[in-house]
Amino acid sequence: MEAQEFKSDQYVRFCPGCGDHAITMALQKAMAQIGVPRHQVAVISGIGCSSRMPHYINTYGFNTIHGRGAAIATGVKTSHPELTVWQMTGDGDCLAIGGNHFIHSIRRNVDLNICLFNNRIYGLTKGQYSPTSPKGFVSKSSPFGTVERPFIPAELVMGARGTFFARTLDVDMPTTVNCMVRANAHKGASVIECLVNCVIFNNGTHSWIADREQRADHSIVLEHGKPMIFGKNRDMGLVLDGWDLKAVKIGENGITEKDILVHDATTKDPTLHRKLALMGQPTEAGIQPDDLPVALGVIRDVEEETYDAAVNQQIEQVRQQSKAHCFDELTRSLEQWDM
Amino acid sequence: MKTDMQSVVVRFCGDSGDGMQLTGNMFSSLSAILGNEISTLPDFPAEIRAPQGTLGGVSGFQVHLGTGVYTPGDQADVIVAMNAAALKVCCLGSKFNHPGAKYVEADSMFKKDAIVIVDTDSFTDKDLEKALYKTDNPFVELGIPESVQIVPVAITTLTKESLKDSGMDNKSILKSRNMFALGIVCWLFNRPIDKAIEFLEGKFKKKPQLIAPNVKVLTDGFNYGNNLHLSISTVNIEKADDLPHGTYTSIAGNKATAWGLIAAAEKAGKRLFLGSYPITPATDIMQELAGRKDMGVMVVQAEDEIAGVCTAIGASFAGDLAATSTSGPGLSLKSEAIGLAVMAELPLVVIDVQRGGPSTGLPTKTEQTDLLQAIYGRNGECPAVVIAASTSANCFHFAYEAARIALENMTPVILLTDTYLANGTGLWRIPKMSELEPIHVAGVPQELKGKYNPALRDPETMIRYWATPGMEGFEHRNIGLERDAEKGSISTNPENHEKMILARKHKVEQVSNHIPELVVQGNKESDTLLVGWGSTEGHLHAAANILNCGLAHFNYIHPLPKNTQEVLSRYKRLVVCELNSGQFAAYLRSQMPHIHFEQYNEMMGQPFSVERIVENIKGTYKNSTF
Repeated sequence: MEAQEFKSDQYVRFCPGCGDHAITMALQKAMAQIGVPRHQVAVISGIGCSSRMPHYINTYGFNTIHGRGAAIATGVKTSHPELTVWQMTGDGDCLAIGGNHFIHSIRRNVDLNICLFNNRIYGLTKGQYSPTSPKGFVSKSSPFGTVERPFIPAELVMGARGTFFARTLDVDMPTTVNCMVRANAHKGASVIECLVNCVIFNNGTHSWIADREQRADHSIVLEHGKPMIFGKNRDMGLVLDGWDLKAVKIGENGITEKDILVHDATTKDPTLHRKLALMGQPTEAGIQPDDLPVALGVIRDVEEETYDAAVNQQIEQVRQQSKAHCFDELTRSLEQWDM
Repeated sequence: MKTDMQSVVVRFCGDSGDGMQLTGNMFSSLSAILGNEISTLPDFPAEIRAPQGTLGGVSGFQVHLGTGVYTPGDQADVIVAMNAAALKVCCLGSKFNHPGAKYVEADSMFKKDAIVIVDTDSFTDKDLEKALYKTDNPFVELGIPESVQIVPVAITTLTKESLKDSGMDNKSILKSRNMFALGIVCWLFNRPIDKAIEFLEGKFKKKPQLIAPNVKVLTDGFNYGNNLHLSISTVNIEKADDLPHGTYTSIAGNKATAWGLIAAAEKAGKRLFLGSYPITPATDIMQELAGRKDMGVMVVQAEDEIAGVCTAIGASFAGDLAATSTSGPGLSLKSEAIGLAVMAELPLVVIDVQRGGPSTGLPTKTEQTDLLQAIYGRNGECPAVVIAASTSANCFHFAYEAARIALENMTPVILLTDTYLANGTGLWRIPKMSELEPIHVAGVPQELKGKYNPALRDPETMIRYWATPGMEGFEHRNIGLERDAEKGSISTNPENHEKMILARKHKVEQVSNHIPELVVQGNKESDTLLVGWGSTEGHLHAAANILNCGLAHFNYIHPLPKNTQEVLSRYKRLVVCELNSGQFAAYLRSQMPHIHFEQYNEMMGQPFSVERIVENIKGTYKNSTF
């Protein structure tokens, strides 16, 4: 299938230069690669810039109300598990107004592919700080800097016992497409944090890793089964130092490639996944933790029973064991008498 | 007390651990099996387990049986009081915690010539102290008139005696006291004991070890009445003979509601999906449906009220018959999402089991105060269909109707019931699937394949075509934003917005073509017409009979039946009676400004009292609102 097939006839209204354009294209490419026919796909969203996405994808789609995308997607997938369901959401829609639905869809492990666009700002309402804005961030609703502590989405996902977490960057198309394809292959709630730039209200928020010059040194693309190596010269690696992760240079202090940690996305224990996901995450405005690279790619990918499958299996099981299969048979179970 | 009666009201009351709900339910079902009409009213405390023997822990169950039964009855003819606290609460009614209060018939739960059976073993000094009596003679202290016939029975002692050889421990023996009381009541009303035993055996089928001891206590209670010739005469109650012939059961409103949805789903060929969140008094609907996986019902117990309705909207988008069940506070939380279903024009059933409000209010009490919230409580011009059940049994029919109207008209339908209907039980003639009205689910013509968009409507009915995920060639994007009336995509065009508002309004209004017309009950020729809606039908019907006037009772509220104005215009005096401050009256005035409506309202968290309605309409009641 071609990405073109998944483009709708609607004019894409994201601002020129917005990171959401890249995610839209990546999603169309990923859908073509995945190959599920358009009528078997539903794209559900809430409200916000990211939630416009369903209009641009030529599948079934539902652009709903603020924060409730996860709950509506849960209804679609649970009632019709044969559908491939994507949820498009942003840091406000998903982590503020929709936070409860988000953690519960993850806890239940509903088989959804959730793209969480994180630009650390409310764009559609024109520039207020969001739950992922670092402390001290100046915005229209925090003219003296926000005093709030931010969420780190990965931490929330793992705290809710998430089974899949990936992170990607708007300007890194191959990683984005790969994360989407892998998220779809994973059965359960798959969260892809898409770091996107808001060119109007929060330009450069991800420049630490988005700038081409610095990206290789400031980020690491994790791949299951491969050593955690990064850097312009591919000579940096991650090792465990006691309980903590540490970046080391291969060839220095007797370190060889064999000493570098090999990524295992499938291990159930989330401890190391969490540590990897927390690397380089800024929580205070203007302070970029620079000792460790920001992890991109699929960080966690664990198989567990999905909610939608379990619900449907239980119904099937009870139906098979039951004597009554229709209303008239059901009424026979009542205590009854003729009058 | 006469020995032959048309109908009689019995109230079982005791501590919340005394099994009064079970006893009451068994007696009611037994009476129904023997050919009586029944109407029941469980009345239990909000606390799950209040301290034993206290006034706050009194649990009651009232049943009205006989013929011409429309309500659970204003006041009891027979009371069974299992302890001192129960006697006080029944005697003083709402004034039970007023210091020094005495029996006043208007406040009391029993009539001044009632029979009161009390367990004398539960009137020790400690019991009296817990129930806040000041003296050691509760009957004098409560001022119970001599016309009331007190029947003292040592129920606890007699139960212990009955089971002394059973090998049961003392705690389990005491739990069977209610069966002794039931035995006495069965004797009093000439219920054949073998029928009661048969019934008990059915009830405890799954716990066979409990059958023998319970049958023994029940029989001993029955024989106690019979052999010792309690100084009261037994009562014959008339059998119902004007009911349509058929197979009957007794059913609670919440169960009937759940089953109405199950039947509608089967008729429509749709899977039933319920997204819900626990809330009193609606939870039973979710619990009933969660147990009906044999019928293929899917229930999601969501993380909150909003997710309850939203998962349902998701399932509706995907093609199911989707519903959500809640009570007033939950309806408030769901408002925005119901608006989405209005905008997206998706079928959705919203069940609001009303309770006392506002806010958390009176969670276990009944009220009709969500009417205007149901009709108007959403942002924007946001019309939805609103209907209301009026008996516990017809909750089945109106849940079915809610589903039918939603699926045929692509609209959310709000079904209003309330605590009184939800927990009360009534006789229900069990229908066959083949008798139920067909449901013509909205669909989409195949010719639209490749050309479909979500704004396309049937040109005749103006109902939106419904295409669902999985249908090839009908891919589309639905929205909560305003859509273009032709293309279905987002539109902010001013003329288009107005056109769409009118299209959604028209769609809901045309539902009046598919609902029954209003029929006046009672004396159609009278000058006076009582007007009501929802759960008050029984009380208003009984009041209209006494007043020899007419009753216009509404189940279809928005839109109203087509002949409403024509019918109401015929009467000189219209009195809208409802359990709120006048919401239906205000709605009717807005629809028919030239008609004058009087009101009669009660807001005490209780069903109407027929007597108070009658006295008020006559203008003789001391607190008359006229």
